[in-house]
Formats: sequence, structure tokens, C-alpha cells
Amino acid sequence: MSVARFWRKIPQRYNLIGTKCLTCGRYFYPPRTFCPLCRRDGKIVEHEFSGRGKVITFTVIRSSSDQFEHLTPYVLAIIELEEGSRVTAQVVTSPEEIKIGMQVKRIFRKISTDGESGVIHYGTKFTPL
Amino acid sequence: MTGIMTYGVYIPRYRIKIEEITKVWGGNPDEIRNGLGVFEKSVPDLDEDAATIAVEAARNALMRRHLSPHEIGAVYVGSESHPYAVKPTACTVGEAISATPMMTAADYEFACKAGTAAIQTCMGLVKSGMIKYGLAIGSDVSQGAPSDALEYTAAAGGAAFFIGNDDPIAAIHHTCSYTTDTPDFWRREGQDYPRHGGRFTGEPGYFRHVQGAVNRIFQETGKSPKDYTYAVFHQPNAKFPQRVAKILGFSPEQIKPGLVVPHLGNTYSGSSMIGLAATLDIAKPGERIFVCSFGSGAGSDAFDIEVTDAIEGPDFKLSAGPSVQDLLKNPVYLEYALYAKHKGKIVMQR
Ligand SMILES: [Zn+2]
Repeated sequence: MSVARFWRKIPQRYNLIGTKCLTCGRYFYPPRTFCPLCRRDGKIVEHEFSGRGKVITFTVIRSSSDQFEHLTPYVLAIIELEEGSRVTAQVVTSPEEIKIGMQVKRIFRKISTDGESGVIHYGTKFTPL
Repeated sequence: MTGIMTYGVYIPRYRIKIEEITKVWGGNPDEIRNGLGVFEKSVPDLDEDAATIAVEAARNALMRRHLSPHEIGAVYVGSESHPYAVKPTACTVGEAISATPMMTAADYEFACKAGTAAIQTCMGLVKSGMIKYGLAIGSDVSQGAPSDALEYTAAAGGAAFFIGNDDPIAAIHHTCSYTTDTPDFWRREGQDYPRHGGRFTGEPGYFRHVQGAVNRIFQETGKSPKDYTYAVFHQPNAKFPQRVAKILGFSPEQIKPGLVVPHLGNTYSGSSMIGLAATLDIAKPGERIFVCSFGSGAGSDAFDIEVTDAIEGPDFKLSAGPSVQDLLKNPVYLEYALYAKHKGKIVMQR
């Protein structure tokens, strides 16, 4: 990922900043600037998600690209945030512990590093509540 | 009245026991445990560093008390293991608590006392009216070279203190320091592991500076050990703080709640601050806490702290954030090989 692309996404990566449509009450993560339901009547505002949610489904990654190989085996899950938007993220727990329906909360972790001398990408992962 | 608005701690979930380290490098685990008073130490997860620990500690503090991010005017992070040599950890923390961009920030480095130096800086900025709230953090994923004596204690953890003068949960009545140029412990630029002066680290380093700062603050405040309910000293092991407490006239009961090193290890910049946090976890209004940090190189910062009614008030909810004892519960123990991977001690083919 380029340094500039990462930098632009820091608010949503660090703080789960998404958006909300005031007209219909739907939440969007990643943020949308346009409500697909209300269309021109939609009024979009910024929203910081609480970071609590539950596991909808998951997979255990046992073989990965070089960048994430040191983390294997790790759990990647689709998480429904309590406001009602879904994110794909790593859940920091053992493959034996993870369950569908498990309550999770956000944590701040290193996501990846650009080699030995490049930028460190921080962001949000989840952990069992 | 300037003091602590709220505080939070973070300790990684992993631990390694002394006997797991001696299995690899030899040595008698009983002798080492008795010599240091340390049984196990915390180990960071593969994706944790001083910045992620600092963020979690700051967020845990804000769970206990809501402070408007726009009123946080300064963020200082003390560490001897900042992830970057150039690029401040404090900016990452500021962003992660939404305090950016209207704030000042910098990283501090003063071995194990960089975090308490950050508290002093925030006190000055708050007292002068330059900022409303300042955030001072001590956070480390400290390194001991494999088979070095430091490997038994070099641990990971951090504590965050928000400083302000708007109904603090603990007033900081006074602080002062004692600093000299002493080569008791160091790490040169570009080196992975620190070096220390062996036996030289004790007397001219820790004991001279802690006693220097304590004697100075007692002179300036007219207080003595009997005026305090609790006392917290920097804890590179359990023996040094116990010995210095005895020399200065503090009792074992006074230092007990804040002596977290036996099951945590030395969290460097986090050490005396996590000790203070563990003490605040159980302290009641009106109780007085004495704190003295130590950083090699060398210096000590002493603090005269008094818990206020606000710790039981409506704006502060202690149980909303994890206590130090909560964070020490349910550890996952690692074997040496996995520990070495967690600490990046294995050199990989690149
Ligand atoms: Zn809508």
C-alpha cells in the first residue's frame, strides 16, 4: 500500500470512523458519502463506531502471504458492528476459541509493516469481550 | 488544583516464567527468583509495540472518564522502545484518541522515567494555562539481550495519565527531580539491545538518584514517610524498591499495592506509573500517595499526590476501565521459542 493511500485512511483505520444516513438511520463502514436507499434525500454525517460487535463468520488462515506469515495461524472474521455495518478484520484469539456469535471489541494493533525500513501500518483488530 | 483527571493501563496477555528462560540459558531458577523477587514477566503479542500499548492505555483512561478530545492540548509519550527512531509515537496516540490536530506532541526518552517526565511537562502546561488537559504516557516493550541478566525482567506494558486542573481524582501537590550524568545503563543508536554497568547500576544509579529526589521533596514539602498511606518506587526488580523504601523509612505495607513487578516484570517507562495506577485502583479519598521514578542515565522524579473525592464522584467510573489486577489475571504462558518469536529475537531470511 502506498504511504499516501494509508495516510488518507488513518481516521477509519484507527478509530472506525464511518458515516450514518440521518434520513433512514443506516450506518456505513467503510464510509459512504451517498445513501443507496434514500439517494438524493439522504443526509450523510460522520459516525465513530463504538467498536463492539459480534462474529458473523470466520476463517482460520494457516498459510499466508509473506507479510502476514509470522502471524499464522490467525483468525479472519466478518464482524457485525453493533450499529449494524459489517467489517472484515482479524480477531486476536486462538483458532480453538473463536465462535460464530462471539461478542468482540476493537483493539489497536500493528496491521503490517512495509519491510524493514518502511512505514508501520497501525489499525483496528478485534478481541473477544 | 492540578492533578490526575483519569488514568488507564495496558498489559499484554502473554507471560514467560523465569524457569522457562533458565531452561535455555542455564542458571538456577530459584536463585534468580529469590535474587530479583520476580517470577514471570509480560511479553507483547506479535502485533503489539510501544505505540499500540500507549493507545490502549490512553483509551482505557478515557473509558473511565470522558474528556473532550478537542480539549486535550498535549500528548507526550515516554519510552525507550519507540517503534520509529524518527516519527513520534505521540502523533499516533493523538490520532487514535481523536485529539489531533489542535495539540502539541513529542516523544520522550529517559530510560525508565520518560513517562514521569511527561507528567511534569503536562503539569507545567496545565498550571500555566497553556492547555486544558495533557496526556502523559509511559509505554515500553523493553528488550534484554538473550542470556543477559535483563532478559529475566524486561517486560511490556504502559500507563496513561491525563493531567488537568478541573476536578482531578488525585491532586499532585508537588514534584521535583534529581538528575546527573551517570553511565549506569545505555543503548547506542542502531543497537538492538541495551548495555549496563553490571553492579554499577545499583548504588550510583538507582539508590543515589531515588534518595536524592526523595530527600529533596521532603525538604521542600516538610513531609515524611508517615504522612503517606502508600508509596511507589521504580521497580526494575522487587529488591531495589523494597530496599530503598526501608532505607527511607517507608513500611512494606505502604509499598505493597504498587509493587507489581513480581508477576509483571520491569515495564521500564511504564514501571512506576503502573505501580501508581495499581495504587489508585484501591485508594480512597484523602489518602496520600508518594511516587518516585528512576531512569538510568540518570535521574528521579518525585511526586506528592493526594486522592480527592472526585475518585468516587459522578464523572469518574473506575470500573469502566480494567484495573492492573484485572490485566494481570488469566495470562497465557509462552515457551522460550514462541517468546523469542514474539520479541523478534529470531533473525528471519529476508
Ligand atoms: Zn438513508
